[in-house]
Amino acid sequence: MRRPACLHRLRHATLLLMLLASARLQAQETFPVNGVADPRDKAVAFTNATIVKDAQNTIANATLVIRDGKIVAVGAAVAVPKDAQVVDCKGKFIYPSFIDAYSDYGITAPQRQQGSGFNFFAGQFNSNQKGAYGWNQAIRTDINAVAIFAADDAKAKPLRDLGFGAVLTHQKDGIARGTGAVVTLANKKENLVVLKDKASAHYSFNKGVSTQSYPNSMMGYVAVLRQNFLDAQWYKNNAAAEGVNLSLKYFNEQQGLAQIFEAGDKWTDIRADRIGDEFGVQYIIKGGTNEYQRINEVAATKASFILPLSFPQAMDVEDPNDARFVSLADMKHWEMAPGNLAAFEKANINFCITTADLRDVKQFTANLRKAIDFGLSETKAMEALTKTPATMLGVYDKVGSLDAGKLANFIISSGSPFNEKTIIYQNWIQGEKYGVNETAWNDIKGNYTLTVTLNDNSKTYTVDVKSSSMANIIAADTVVAKFSHDGKMVKLSFTDGKRSKNNLRLSGVDNGSNEWSGTGADSAGNKFLWIAKMNSAGVAKIDSIRKKEAPRTGKLTYPFNGYGFEEQPKQETILIKNATVWTNEKEGKIEGADVLVKNGKIVQVGKNLSDATAKVIDGTGKHLTPGVIDEHSHIAAFSINEGAQSVTAEVRISDNLNPEDINIYRQLSGGVTSSHILHGSANTIGGQTQLIKLRWGTNDEGLKFQGWPGYIKFALGENVKRSSNTQGNTRFPDTRMGVQQVLVDAFTRASDYQKQMKGANGKNVRRDLELDALVEIMNKQRFITCHSYVQSEITQIMRVAEQFGFRINTFTHILEGFKVADKMKEHGANASTFSDWWGYKMEVQDAIPYNPAIMAKVGLNVAINSDDAEMARRLNQEAAKSIKYGGMSEEDALKMVTLNPAKMLRVDDKVGSIKAGKDADLVLWSDNPVSIYAKAEKTIVDGIVYFDRDRDLQLRKKIAEERNRLSQKMMGEKRAGFPMAPAQPSMEIMHNCSEHQHSHGLLVIEGQD
Amino acid sequence: MKKLLSIITGCAFALQLQAQDNVYPMPAQKGLLFITNGTVHVGNGQVIENATIKVINGKIEQVGTNIAIPMDDVKVFNVKGKHVYPGLILPNTNLGLVETPTVRATSDAVELGEYNSNIRSIVAYNTDSKITNTLRSNGILLASVVPEGGIISGSSSVVQLDAWNWEDAAYKMDNGIHYNMPQLFNRPNPFAAFFGIQQPQDPVKRGLEQIEQVKQFFREAKAYLAESNHAATNIKFEALRGLFDKKQKLFIHCDLVKEILIAADFVKEFGFDVVLVGASESWQVAGLIKQHNMAVIINQAHNLPTMMDDDIDQPFKLASALQNAGVLFAINDDDGNTHSRNLAFNAGTYATYGLTKEQALSAITLNTAKILGIADKTGSIEAGKDANIVVSEGDILDMRSSIITHAFIQGRMISLDDKHKQLNERYKHKYGIK
Repeated sequence: MRRPACLHRLRHATLLLMLLASARLQAQETFPVNGVADPRDKAVAFTNATIVKDAQNTIANATLVIRDGKIVAVGAAVAVPKDAQVVDCKGKFIYPSFIDAYSDYGITAPQRQQGSGFNFFAGQFNSNQKGAYGWNQAIRTDINAVAIFAADDAKAKPLRDLGFGAVLTHQKDGIARGTGAVVTLANKKENLVVLKDKASAHYSFNKGVSTQSYPNSMMGYVAVLRQNFLDAQWYKNNAAAEGVNLSLKYFNEQQGLAQIFEAGDKWTDIRADRIGDEFGVQYIIKGGTNEYQRINEVAATKASFILPLSFPQAMDVEDPNDARFVSLADMKHWEMAPGNLAAFEKANINFCITTADLRDVKQFTANLRKAIDFGLSETKAMEALTKTPATMLGVYDKVGSLDAGKLANFIISSGSPFNEKTIIYQNWIQGEKYGVNETAWNDIKGNYTLTVTLNDNSKTYTVDVKSSSMANIIAADTVVAKFSHDGKMVKLSFTDGKRSKNNLRLSGVDNGSNEWSGTGADSAGNKFLWIAKMNSAGVAKIDSIRKKEAPRTGKLTYPFNGYGFEEQPKQETILIKNATVWTNEKEGKIEGADVLVKNGKIVQVGKNLSDATAKVIDGTGKHLTPGVIDEHSHIAAFSINEGAQSVTAEVRISDNLNPEDINIYRQLSGGVTSSHILHGSANTIGGQTQLIKLRWGTNDEGLKFQGWPGYIKFALGENVKRSSNTQGNTRFPDTRMGVQQVLVDAFTRASDYQKQMKGANGKNVRRDLELDALVEIMNKQRFITCHSYVQSEITQIMRVAEQFGFRINTFTHILEGFKVADKMKEHGANASTFSDWWGYKMEVQDAIPYNPAIMAKVGLNVAINSDDAEMARRLNQEAAKSIKYGGMSEEDALKMVTLNPAKMLRVDDKVGSIKAGKDADLVLWSDNPVSIYAKAEKTIVDGIVYFDRDRDLQLRKKIAEERNRLSQKMMGEKRAGFPMAPAQPSMEIMHNCSEHQHSHGLLVIEGQD
Repeated sequence: MKKLLSIITGCAFALQLQAQDNVYPMPAQKGLLFITNGTVHVGNGQVIENATIKVINGKIEQVGTNIAIPMDDVKVFNVKGKHVYPGLILPNTNLGLVETPTVRATSDAVELGEYNSNIRSIVAYNTDSKITNTLRSNGILLASVVPEGGIISGSSSVVQLDAWNWEDAAYKMDNGIHYNMPQLFNRPNPFAAFFGIQQPQDPVKRGLEQIEQVKQFFREAKAYLAESNHAATNIKFEALRGLFDKKQKLFIHCDLVKEILIAADFVKEFGFDVVLVGASESWQVAGLIKQHNMAVIINQAHNLPTMMDDDIDQPFKLASALQNAGVLFAINDDDGNTHSRNLAFNAGTYATYGLTKEQALSAITLNTAKILGIADKTGSIEAGKDANIVVSEGDILDMRSSIITHAFIQGRMISLDDKHKQLNERYKHKYGIK
C-alpha cells in the first residue's frame, strides 16, 4: 500500500558544487513521490589523481569513475564517459574511506531505570525485562541494531571529517548485546545506508544498565556467558521444556555472525578468548591500550582485534606531593601505550582501528600519527582502517578498497591521511560528496593582478595571497591587506599606498580557475568593479612524512610495575649451606645443614653437601624453612565476591586472577610461597577457589598450583545474613536457620541433578555449572573451605555434609572451633584460623587466642591464615603467637603456616616441608622464623629466587630513577603546551571477607562484596 | 583457684554485657613492696640487670642494684630471669567507648556534629569492657581514650585499667582536644560509576575551606576566652580553655604531607602544643615536624606501603625516620580486629626495622607519657613515679617470649585474668587438657 509520505529526499544540502545524489539510489521503489519523477544517473570522473586503491596498490595519474553511487572504473587508462562530470584532481590523492568496526553511531544509549545506581543490598533478584526472554537482564540478544538505528548527520559529520565512510554500529549495553549492522555515514534514509543488517553479534564483561543484582563480579560475568552457551545448546533440542525463550533462540541464531567481544585490557582479552575456546567460538576482541605489556599471551589468543587509540594523557606532576601518588606503572603506561599497535603488527596479529574510547574523536588523527611514530607502518594502518574491518565484517565486496563494483566511498586529500599536515578535502560516501575542507581544494596562494575600474579608469595592483586570510599589496611600499577567502566569497581591503588615506574595500566571488571578480568602494564612497587573476601559483610545499625515529621509552617489565623483572627469572641449581634447617619432618630442626635444589625440586638435605654447578647461598647464622602457605587469601584477583545469589558455585576465582598484584611481591617478602585465593563470604555457597604459587612475573595460568584438586568456598553466619548492612537484607537467608536450609536445598537439587544426568534421559538434562560444582563436592572431587565462627553453625554444616555423604574439608576463621573441636575431629575437618582476632563483630565475641592451641591439642590439623594482604606478610609471627597463647612449641607453631595448610590443601606431597623430592619452595630468614625480628632474605619458589632483599634494594633505586625520568618527561610535555590530566592517584583495590576493622592505607579501596 | 564464669550462650547481648565478675579491681597499695632480681628496662633507654625496685604506697621510691630489703613482713616479688618494664600505654584508643564495632548499640565513640570540643570521652568510659583485661594481660596498663566523631571530636582522658568506675579510672582528665583534619586528597573511587555514586567536585578545595573554618573557630574561641564576662556562655569555647592555657594539647589526626604542613599553622598561629596522630606520610617531613616541636603518635606499624612503588618495608621504617630526626613520637596499635592487644609487637616491628629495642620500648612507655602529659607520674621505672610496672618472661616486644607474669598499677598487683583465659580454662576442662 502506498502511503502519503513526507519525504526527506533532499533534506541535506551540501556546500558548494552540490552534486545531487543519484535519483535512482535515492528513490526507493516502494516510496511514493510527492511531485514528478526525477531520475538521475549521476556519473562523475575524477581525473589526474594519485589513486591508492588499497594499502598495496597505488596508481599515479589515474582516473576514478563512479556512477549511481558505485565505482565503475579505476585506473590509469580509463575513459571518461560522455555523461560524466569531470573533477580534476591534479595533485590530489584518492583513498578508500575508512571503516570503524566498533561504533554505536545512530544508536541511542539506553539508560538505567529507577534513579541513579542501584542498591546492592536491596537487590533485584530477577530480570525485570518484560516478554518471553531469558532469566538474566544483561543478556540482550534481542537487541537488533538495525532495528533501532537512526541516521544522525550531526554524529556522522565528525567521523566523515576524519575520513570514515562506514561503521559497524551496535548498542553497547549488556553482557550479550545482540547484533550489529554495517552502515555508511551518508546522510540518507536509513534504508539506503545499511550495508549489512546483521553483521555481528556482541558481548562484554559489563552488565550495562541491567538492574538485576547478578552478576556483580568479573567471575560472575564469565559464569553467565558460559552458562548461556550451555543453555542455548540445550534449548535447541528442548524448547518444549523451557517454553519460548527468545534470548536463547536469538543467541543460537547469532552464532553464524562475526562474534565481537568488548574486552579492553590485556587480561580481559585473554579471559574473553578462553570462553570462546571452551565453546568453539573465535571472538574478535575489542582490545585496549595495554596489550603491548603481554603481547605474547595476546597473540596466543589467535584472535583478530579492534584497537582504540585512547592513549592516556600526560599527568600534571608539577606538585611533588600530588605526583607521589602516581604510580610508576601508570607513568610507564603513558609513555609506552602509543606503541600498542606497533606491538600488534610486530607480533603479526590481525587488527583494525576504531575511534571508540577517545575522549574526543578529533584526537583520532593525532593519536594515529603517534602510533605510527611508535613504529606502526602506514601500510598496516591503512589496512586496519579499510580492508581488515571490511573483511572482518563480510563487506569487503562493498567497501574497503577502490575497485569497480564497490561503493563510491573515498576521500580526496592532499596526501597521505596519516600525515599531520594532510588536508582531507572531501569524503565521498555512496557517490555523494561531503565537504571536509573544501576551501582548500583550490590552492589560492600566489601572485594576482588586481584590476580596479572606477569610471572607466583602471588601476592595477599586485596582490600576494599567502593564505585564505593573509594577503599583501606589493608595491614600492608593501601594504598589508585585510583579506579573507572562504572558498567562494572574497573580501579584501587595503590603503591605496602606504601614506594614502584612501581605503579600498572590495567584495566579490571566486569564479574558479583562479579568477575573482566583484564590486568595491573607496573612502570617498565611489563604487567600482574589480577583477583579480592569478599570475603565478605559490610554491607548494611537498608534505612528505618525516620518518621519525621511534621514541625512546623505558623497558617492559613483568609484571608491569617497578618491582617487575625485565626478564623472567629461571630455575637454578642452588646450594644453601650451613643454615638452621626447619625440616618439618621427623629430623626436626637441623643446625648447620645444607639443602641442594635442582630443577625446581629439593634433591638433598644434609650436612657437607656439594655441587660444582650450584649457586651457593651462605646460610650461616640464618634459618631455612619451607615456604609459608596462606590458607585464606584474597590477593591476586580482580574480583572476589559474587554475592548476588546465595549459591554461586558456578563462579571461579581462576577466571579472574591478577598476576600483577603488588601484594604478590610484598608477600614474597614475608616468606609466602603459596596462597589459597578464596571467594569472599557474601553468600552461603560461594565460588570455586584457586591455589596459586607466588611466581612473580608470570601470567594467570602460570600462577596456578598444578596438581591440586579443586576447592570451593562456603560461608556461614553474619556475612551471609548481611547482618552489618544498616539497610537490612532482602536476600534469603536472613537467619542461621535459613543458611542451613540453603545448604540442604542446594545439595538436594544437586543429588537429583546427578540422578537425572545418570538416568536414561541424561543427554537431555540441562548442564548446570552451579550444580556441576556441587556434584563434584559430593563425589569428593572438590573440597570445601568454609568460613564459619560459632559452634551452632559449625555443627549444623557438618551434619548436612554427612547427610549428603561428604565432609567439610576445612573450617576457615573458625574462631569458636575450640568449643566443638572434638566434633570437628570426629567429622574429619581441618581448621584454619586467626591467631588473636576477636570482638570485631557479634559472632566473634567468644573468640580467644588460645583457639589454635586447643584445637591442636584435641588433634585437629590447624593452620593460621591471613584473609588480609597485610597480615600475610608476617604469618610466621601470627603463628608464633600460639607459643604465647597456649604454649605451643616453636616447630609446631611454624607448621601452622607451612606443613599444616599444605595438608589441608592436599598438596603436602609437594610442599610444606624440606624433604628430597618436594618442590623447592623455601625461605631463608635472618633470624629465628617465629621471632618478630626475623626478615625473609630470600624467598624461593620452584627453585627460583623470586624475592631477594639485595635485589630489592637495587630495585628501589631504579624505581626512584625511573619515576624521576618520567616525571621530567611529563613536565616537559606540560611546558611544550600539551594538554594535561590532573595527577591521578593510583588506587589499589583490595579484597577481603569484610572482616576488617583496620585500614590498609591511603590508596586502598576496599573491594565491594 | 580461679572460678570460672558460667557462660550464658544463646543470647548474644546478654553475653556481651556480662562482666568478668570475678576479676576485682585491687585496693590501694599500702606499705612496702619489692620487685627483685629482674632485668629492669627503665623506659628511658637504660637497662639495669639484677635490679631491685622499691615501692612504697604506690610510688617507686628507689630503683637499683644495692637496695636493702627489710626483714619485716614486706611483699617481695623475686622475678629472677624475667624482664621488668614500665606499664605500657596505649596512646589513642576507643577502649571503653566501643565494644563491638558492627553493633551500633555498643558504640559511644562518634557523636553527631562537627565541632564538639565540649564532648568528653571520660564520662562514657566503661570500666567493665571485656577488652580491658585482655590488654592488661599483654602489659598495657594505661590508655588515652579518645572520642572520634566530627571535625573537632572533643577531649580525651587517660585512664588506668584497674578501676570500678570511670572516676576511679581517670588518670589524667581531659588531656587533649582531638581534631580530625579533613583529608586533602582527591580520592577517586573506581566503583563510583558502577554504583552511580556522585563524586564530590574537589575534595581538596572543600577540605581547605573546612580547615579555614576550624581556624576561625579557634580564633573566635580565643577572643571569647579573653573576656571573662559573657551574657551567654559558650560551652564549646569554654572547653578549649586548657588548650590556650597549654594545659591540654591539640591532637591533629592527619596523614598527608600537605596536612602536616597545615598542622604546623596551629603551632604558629595559636601556639598550641600539637601532636600528630597517624601521620603515615610523616617520614618525608620529619625534620619539619621537629622544627615545629610537634610530636607524633604512629597508629599502626602493621600496615602496607602506601604506594605500590614504595619500599616494601616503608611503614616499618616510619619510626626510625622520626627517631633519627629527633621527633618525640609514640607507637599505637589501632587494629580493631585485635583491639590493640599487639601494642608491644608493633614496637617490636619497629625494633626490627631501625629502632633499638629500648627506643621501641620508650615509644610505648616514656615517650607516650610525655605526649599525653603524664610523664611526671608514669612512663618509666624511676623514683617518684607511680609503680606502673609489668613483668614478662622474656623480651616483651617479641611474641615468642612476651608472656606477662605480673602487673602493678600504682603498686597494686592486678589480676591478669581475662575472658580469654577463662574460656581457655573452660574448654581445657571440657577436653581434659592439662
